[in-house]
Amino acid sequence: MQSDDFSNPGMLWVARGEKLWMTPAGGSGKSCATCHTEASQGMKGVATRYPAMDPGSARLVNIEGRINLCRARHQQVEAFQYESEELLALTAYVAHQSRGMPVKIEIDAQNRRHFDRGRDLYNRRIGQMNLSCAQCHDQNWGKKLLTDTISQGHGNAYPIYRLEWQNAGSLHRRFRNCLYGVRAELLPAGSAEFLDLELFLAWRARGLPLETPGVRR
Amino acid sequence: MLAIVLIPREARRGEIIPIRIAIQHPMETGFRPDNFGRRIPKNVINSLVCRYNGVEIFRAEMGSGIAANPQLQFYTVAQKSGDIIFEWVDDAGQAGGERAALTVSG
Ligand code: HEC
Ligand code: HEC
Repeated sequence: MQSDDFSNPGMLWVARGEKLWMTPAGGSGKSCATCHTEASQGMKGVATRYPAMDPGSARLVNIEGRINLCRARHQQVEAFQYESEELLALTAYVAHQSRGMPVKIEIDAQNRRHFDRGRDLYNRRIGQMNLSCAQCHDQNWGKKLLTDTISQGHGNAYPIYRLEWQNAGSLHRRFRNCLYGVRAELLPAGSAEFLDLELFLAWRARGLPLETPGVRR
Repeated sequence: MLAIVLIPREARRGEIIPIRIAIQHPMETGFRPDNFGRRIPKNVINSLVCRYNGVEIFRAEMGSGIAANPQLQFYTVAQKSGDIIFEWVDDAGQAGGERAALTVSG
């Protein structure tokens, strides 16, 4: 279902993203395409190096965050809400341009702090169930949790279309699902903790090909 | 409403060709409550028609049992070059449409 572009419902979000890419926004009347031209060239490989540090603000941003920075800085319009149809569509469209390319994250002096925090969170026991991400996704992958087969917990296919959601969703929505599963505090999508976690997961997925848009049960 | 239509671009006269359409739509069943316990009103694409050079070749009436972002597939016989046009409407009264061109040889 994922590998057949027509059967993959996530491609509807990619198609919507392509339309948004060419739609002017804000007072400047500029679209993403005005500055970045063809996404198939300009955006190719970009998602393999995200989340990345934004030199302007010295903040860690993922693709969603980068798109909203472009909206603020270059289009002078309000940010898209996290998990909104528009942000999912544009993120899927940008990430899709790197489909098949390996994740390529390097840890350096700039992002080390975020990486360390992400790794800590990944290995820390949390919630009423007192489980860490690692206990499921490193120590028990391949085993069953109710009807789910636990995967290694990689983020290389996001945003995905999930049949249970009957909708597309971001990696941070998936994080919230896992936090809910262990009855831990539900952090908001786009939060600093989730970005750190996303960086750690991307580093952990080095070499895996991007699959956006993935399809999940 | 966004949709993707997939048909062969070219066909020989008399050839049986697959026609596929995927439409982005929540297909809200009418049975789900929102976060405040209020019922979300039913909103599904209730009817969809496909015409080939103006002649109706397919019609579907859908209800609550169809999943979100529905995909439909059927077959037709290629006859003449022309347009394959889809039109549909949902319970909220919103109409949508999409077309694809087919070139027939022989
Ligand atoms: C006025 C020009 C302009 C517009 C319009 C614009 N961008 Fe950008 N974009 C830039 C610049 C310049 C950068 C480099 C980083 C920076 O300075 O913010 C960038 C960086 C990016 C990056 C990261 C590229 C990389 O190699 O890391 C992405 C992804 C991106 N833009 C997406 C978008 C999307 C999606 C839109 C439309 C919603 C958009 N941009 C609109 C100018 C623009
Ligand atoms: C109790 C076990 C459990 C814990 C703890 C857990 N998860 Fe999950 N996780 C799952 C299950 C089950 C799924 C759905 C099936 C799958 O894809 O693995 C999932 C899916 C995922 C996925 C999506 C994988 C994909 O390919 O779609 C990611 C990413 C993920 N988890 C990350 C995390 C992170 C980060 C944490 C810690 C905050 C965490 N998980 C904690 C059980 C767990």
